[in-house]
Amino acid sequence: MSSFGDAGGLRVRPYAITGGRTRARTEVDIEAIVYRTPKGEQTGSGLPLERGQIVGLLSSPQSTAEISARLHLPLGVTRVVLGDLIEEGYVAVNSRSASGRPDLRLLERVLDGLQAL
Amino acid sequence: MVSKPSDMATGAADVPAGPAPMPVKIVVAGGFAVGKTTFVGSISEIEPLTTEAALTRVSEGVDDTSKVSTKTSTTVAMDFGRITLGSDLILYLFGTPGQDRFWFMWDDLVRGAIGAVVLIDTRRLEDCFPAVDYFEEHRIPFVVGMNCFDGQVSHSPDDVREALAVSPDTPVFLVDARERESTKSALLELVQHALVRATA
Repeated sequence: MSSFGDAGGLRVRPYAITGGRTRARTEVDIEAIVYRTPKGEQTGSGLPLERGQIVGLLSSPQSTAEISARLHLPLGVTRVVLGDLIEEGYVAVNSRSASGRPDLRLLERVLDGLQAL
Repeated sequence: MVSKPSDMATGAADVPAGPAPMPVKIVVAGGFAVGKTTFVGSISEIEPLTTEAALTRVSEGVDDTSKVSTKTSTTVAMDFGRITLGSDLILYLFGTPGQDRFWFMWDDLVRGAIGAVVLIDTRRLEDCFPAVDYFEEHRIPFVVGMNCFDGQVSHSPDDVREALAVSPDTPVFLVDARERESTKSALLELVQHALVRATA
């Protein structure tokens, strides 16, 4: 009987979950907000292991960082699995960092939002 | 990173594409134990969460029992919080990893960020130098918050500005990371500074 990993935490090497891939096919930002697609709503939480856990967690949309923290999955692993789920159409993400720094209109919205807190 | 190229041109990438809000982020940087998590926690609507990035293992598959710590599973922990600014907009606050050597994480964190709040402890001013260097080099808007732990500060913001040799228009101010209103003011300073920079 193997006693590997009995010290707690992940029972397998982190990237065993991803089949050894450390890079996601679809890059997902750390703050990207992930939500279920209609396909994900219907069948996603029945997926095996981490994939099902992630889709199950998304009864309300969450960021990549929140998913990683709540499921105690390393960030890199979370990203690889999310990349797969996006490609398979179970989840989609909102993210804007690819378009560079926020523009004036968005900054003003953030300013107003913070002032209203 | 799934926004379509056409979105970038029109600015439509800032409008939520689906049944979820759009995220924006601010980076909270500074030296070890300078109060980053306290700062995030004082205004976050959730208890600060921690995400861990496992680093690539240096030696793989070697069971070297002669070394005491064979399993040096190096992880970088990042604390973060969340502030809902509207039904379609969420602000995330990300604390940088404690050690400055994890620059690859910084690149990831600052991409598309509004900017950074650099927290400093005036007794250990030099701890913030790497962060200030990084943000200047990458032209990322930043402000400097002097965290007054015990309500006492031995230096003025002007002293600190001079010691850091940051540009005269870089906001330097006192902050009490434990106080929500003080944290909020610091975030407002940054967003206003980013606005000025964006219009310049």
